Parts: sequence; structure tokens; C-alpha cells
Amino acid sequence: MARSVSTRRKVIVSVVAWALGLLIFFPILWTFITSFKSEGDAVASPPLFLFFHWTTENYVEVQSRSDYFLHFSNSVIIAVGSTILGLIIAVPAAWAMAFSPTKRTKDVLMWMLSTKMMPPVGALIPIYLLFQATGLLDSRIGLVAVMTLINLPIIVWMLYTYFKEIPGEILEAARMDGASLMKEIIYVLTPMAVPGIASTLLLNVILAWNEAFWTLNLTASQAAPLTAFIASYSSPEGLFYAKLSAASTMAIAPILILGWFSQKQLVRGLTFGAVK
Amino acid sequence: MATLQTRSAARLMMTPSVVLLLLWSLVPLAMTIYFSTLNYNLLMPGEHPFVGFDNYYYFLTDPAFFTALFNTLLLVGGALLITIVGGIAFALLLNQPMFGQGIVRILVIAPFFVMPTVAALIWKNMFMNPVNGLFAYAAKAVGLEPFDFLANAPLASVIVIVAWQWLPFATLIMLTALQSLDEEQQEAAEMDGAGLVSKFIYIVLPHMARAITVVILIETIFLLSVFAEILVTTNGGPGTDSTNLTYLVYSQALLQFDIGGASAGGIVAVVLANIVAIFLVRIVGKNLEA
Repeated sequence: MARSVSTRRKVIVSVVAWALGLLIFFPILWTFITSFKSEGDAVASPPLFLFFHWTTENYVEVQSRSDYFLHFSNSVIIAVGSTILGLIIAVPAAWAMAFSPTKRTKDVLMWMLSTKMMPPVGALIPIYLLFQATGLLDSRIGLVAVMTLINLPIIVWMLYTYFKEIPGEILEAARMDGASLMKEIIYVLTPMAVPGIASTLLLNVILAWNEAFWTLNLTASQAAPLTAFIASYSSPEGLFYAKLSAASTMAIAPILILGWFSQKQLVRGLTFGAVK
Repeated sequence: MATLQTRSAARLMMTPSVVLLLLWSLVPLAMTIYFSTLNYNLLMPGEHPFVGFDNYYYFLTDPAFFTALFNTLLLVGGALLITIVGGIAFALLLNQPMFGQGIVRILVIAPFFVMPTVAALIWKNMFMNPVNGLFAYAAKAVGLEPFDFLANAPLASVIVIVAWQWLPFATLIMLTALQSLDEEQQEAAEMDGAGLVSKFIYIVLPHMARAITVVILIETIFLLSVFAEILVTTNGGPGTDSTNLTYLVYSQALLQFDIGGASAGGIVAVVLANIVAIFLVRIVGKNLEA
């Protein structure tokens, strides 16, 4: 019995859903629109929605007044660097746990998960003093290291759940056909593992890009990624709405686009495989 | 054919991850515990004498601690309530047949990808600002006095911002759970004359129990450590009205340079988070077996 849905009902549901969806999205949309206004138009009363003089001057201004691309590249280096480093460390571990599990594998996984639950303030003070003493404060290397460590449990977990879905029989079949271990890894396992690794990479770049506890506390100017750079707009520059909006739009646009592609992985990664 | 050889290879492959996480989870914590027993202020050079549990005594009897603890619970509870109820509602809505479902889904999910500092600043300046914010315009348009949200209701404002960021997460997980709901079971219930409400209470809600639990636990972990949103909007103020535990420890350490006291606060936060963590590990562990 296929469910018949009246068109009327479908239209009503659509209207309600679109209205609520736009309401949730509105702050982002408003920021995007404001980024193309002059500062005067940005605070005009009543607010201007579409009919104003569109300009890109804020984007130019943000770059010239504060070295925007330095902070952008800091974000890229920290997010991508820590994710790749994390993958290099985590792939062998997840692989071992998925393909030759022992009695203790589950305990190890659980323990890894539990390290993620330590609140960052429990480690802030020693890490801050340690970084201060070794000159790692406000350095990209220091942040890459911290980011790698805080996301390592999620990376191991995600990879583990993906690797576990690769059927073991395929390995046996390859072995029966006389494939060596090297061949087995290159021709059989890698192609099957790549989608899982890519998903893990995507989600962790997003998480590291948006991380705002360690980045705010461990950077000042040189190594500050976009999270910390935007925080400097807190006051009084934040009252220049158009420039704040331009800086914000550039900070969130890349990750918003990546994020839309990773909806499914997001659920899996953030629930540690408990909801798929 | 798990031979001894593959087993030792497996152990070798796990070593880097295990060792790094072991160091990361133990060394800073041990140092924090050690600092928490010292009279250690960065402004006072020289010796850091051992003071036992004094720092804990001062931290736990400081009125700011109770405010911060209370604010932390309100923040976690408030944001959870909004995101769970809102998430279920949105998931039910998005699960209906409609035009442009994919796009609506994208619109609803977007806030999750906005970095905390950006989210907080947009809300603070462009919406909640009592002079130029959109809410002020809206209030004036209907003849009301503009309300200074961050000065008069700082914690509630922070809760709104944080809930906006986490609503997409709750929605996404609830939606994933809803989509695995058995269609036939629902139809059978309808044939037996179940109304919308009883269908929701007896079929949909129990089916989503696991997703709801997961959302509560994971959000709690993150919400206990909300920091950036407070830093850029209210700086914990006015007074300590919007200070949570994380922010209190931060301000004691990096604004007042009281390493000993802040370390004691950090340990208190760790203990509280662990109470939550015990539940999370149990639930996720159970789901693993299923």
C-alpha cells in the first residue's frame, strides 16, 4: 500500500519547512548580504535587504588592514596538517583493530573515546606553561600537535567503523589466489578503504577548522587561525558590520561547502558509530 | 590465520596511537593535579610552596564557583532542551514529503559549520546589539523599547547562540534515526486506529530513544566546555552572570595568573565531566555490541 499524499498537504508542509529552514539559516544569509554593503548601508534604518549599492570593498579592506590571508593559511595548515598527521598515526591502529581484533580491542577503543571526554581546562594550564617554556606559544607547530592529539580518538574511531565494514572474506580470497601481503594491501584493501579515509579526513578538517578553545588560548598574532582572528573583531571593530561580515563570510564559506558534502559522515563521526 | 606474527604486527601498528593518547591524557592531568597543590601565581616569582588542599578549599568556597557551576548546568540544560525538542520537531518535519527537501535540509544544517567565534559575533553585533541590531529594529518597529540582551539576559543569550549551533546536530541525528523507522509498523498502527499523537508516543519516540540518548550525551560533553561564545560576547559578565566553569578556570589562570587556584578548578571540572563520561561510555559501549 503506497502512501498517497495529497498535494495540498505537501504544499503546506513545504511552506512551513522552507520558512523554518530560512529562519535557521537567516543569520548566515544576513551576514553574507551585509558583507556586500557599505558600512553606512549596513546599519541603515530600516534594514536594507536587497536594494542597496552592492560593493566588494569590504573584502579588499579586510585583507589590506589585517593580514587576512596569513590567518586563512594558518587555518588551512593547522586543520589539514593536524588531520593528515592524525591519519598517519591512526590508520595503522584502526587497521590492526579492525582486522586482527583481540579480546582487548574493545577496551582500547573505549579508553580512547574516554580521553576525548576530558574537558580542555584540565590540560590548559600545563600545556600553556609548557608551550611558554619551549617557545611553542603562538606557533603553528604547537597547534598542529595539540589538534592532532585532541582529534586522534575521533579519527581512530571513524576509521575503525569504516574498516570493519570491509569483509574479511575478500582478504581470504585474495590470499587463496596467491596475493602477497603487499599486493593484498595495494590492490584489495586500499581501494576499499579510501572512501572511509576520505570521509574521516573531511570531518576532521571541519572539526579542526572550527576548534575554538585551544586556538584562542594558545595563539596571539602570528599563528592565529581564523577562529582567533575573528575573535579580535569582538570590539570595537565588530561594530563595523560590513567588514565583520566580510571577514566572517570568508571564514565560514569554505567549511560550509565542505560540510554540506559531509552530512552523513558527520552523524557517524560525531556519534562514534552509534548512529549510522 | 591470526598467527603470532600478525598479532605482534598489530600491536606494533597500534603503539603510536596508544602511546600518544596515553601521554596526552596522563601527563597534563598529572601536572594539573600537582599545580593544584601549590601556591603558584605567575605574578609572584620565586618558590611555589606546597599548600595541600588549600586551593580546592578556596575554589570550592568562592561564590563565583557556585555561580559558575549553576551557569554551567543552566547552559547545558537549556541548550539541550532547545536542541532536543527542536531537533525532534525539525526531523519530523523534514521527514515529510515536500518540495525541495534537500535544500531545506542544507539550510537547517548550515549553522553547525559556522565557527563558534563567528556565530557569537554575528549574534552579538548584528542581532542582539541594542542600537543597531536587527532585534532592536524589530522592537522599535512594533513600538517596543529595544532590549539589551547581552547586558540584561547574558546567560539566556549565550544559550540561544549555542542552541542555534547545536540544533543542526540534533536534527541530523534524529532524522537519521527517523529514516530507519519501519513504515509497515506505522501503517499497522494506523489501521488499528492510532492517532498522530499516540503513534508518536508509542512508536516514533521509543524508536528514537537511542538517538536522543546519544545526542544528550555527546552534546553534554561539548556544552560543558563552551568557551569561545562566552569570551567574545560577554567575557563572562556582567560580573559573573554568564561565567561557566570553563571560563572561570580560564580567567583565573590567564587573567589573574593564579596557576594553583585555576588548576584546582580544572580538576573539579574534570571530575564533573567524568561523571557524565561514565554514562556515555556505557551507552556507546552497549550500542557497539548491537
